[in-house]
Amino acid sequence: MHKVAIIKFPGTNCDEDVLWVVKSVVGLNADIVWYKDFSLDTWDAVIIPGGFSFGDWLRAGAIAARTRAIEELSKVLDYGIPVLGICNGFQVLVEAGLLPGALLPNESGKFICRWVRVKVERPRGPWLRLVNDGDVLNMPIAHAEGRYYVDEDTYNSLIIKSPLLRYVNGYNFNGSSYDIAGVATPDGLVLGLMPHPERASEDVVAPRGFKASGKVIFESLARSLKEGW
Amino acid sequence: MILIFMVEAIITNKRNVRDPEGETIHRFLVLRRGYNSVKGIRTGKYLLFNVEASNPDEALSKVKEICEKLRIYNPIVHDIEVRLRA
Repeated sequence: MHKVAIIKFPGTNCDEDVLWVVKSVVGLNADIVWYKDFSLDTWDAVIIPGGFSFGDWLRAGAIAARTRAIEELSKVLDYGIPVLGICNGFQVLVEAGLLPGALLPNESGKFICRWVRVKVERPRGPWLRLVNDGDVLNMPIAHAEGRYYVDEDTYNSLIIKSPLLRYVNGYNFNGSSYDIAGVATPDGLVLGLMPHPERASEDVVAPRGFKASGKVIFESLARSLKEGW
Repeated sequence: MILIFMVEAIITNKRNVRDPEGETIHRFLVLRRGYNSVKGIRTGKYLLFNVEASNPDEALSKVKEICEKLRIYNPIVHDIEVRLRA
């Protein structure tokens, strides 16, 4: 059976939620792996969950990105192993250079926790296999450093050709450039996003007016591991 | 002879990357009190390294190397100044 690694750093706090959804809601085999014990060989997919790795000191994700676990992750592009970074996991992936851009403190300077709507563009790869172009997903954000920044050249040459999650008009609460909520490598193998799909995978947790639609990301992975992508 | 040098690293957002904290201090504190000669304020992060080295250049280049290799600053969005503490 396929196995999903959920990497835990000191300060990671969404690992149990991700484990619950991957195992109990979607039905994949998964384990939480302490970052020092992580090696790439035994896993079919890797998720870096949210939280405050190493206390968010220096910059969110900056210290975790220089651990051996994450340096090893840079091999996934050769191995073809799907990687998902959620919230702090996304910050780790951009700090590690696995995804373009950077994540800065929110424009308001405050921690923001609320539900948003994001539109998916050019869905490709294992994490977005079951998503249609233009689909709007509802998920909560919960972060202090989620203002995505990318320069114009990188946006025009790379981002615009890659799978992308964009805050729907009126939901860009952190001031991200181009309303970007999540980015992926052009083939969609590595995906990072600020909203929390694991907190939007069961209807019971969605507030009025929102649909828990983050589950499709984990369902896409389950299908992709079975049938390819 | 081995000496200890104090080396400072100052990290600020690049000119084209907004710094809302600096903008707020400038606009709502400094300009409101009439200090109109202040044309801008940038906030940042300050690190002080205590480095063993045989001369100041060695200490400086060691800290510069650390800042690049360990990504103490993020070159996509930050400028960095590394200098000896006076």
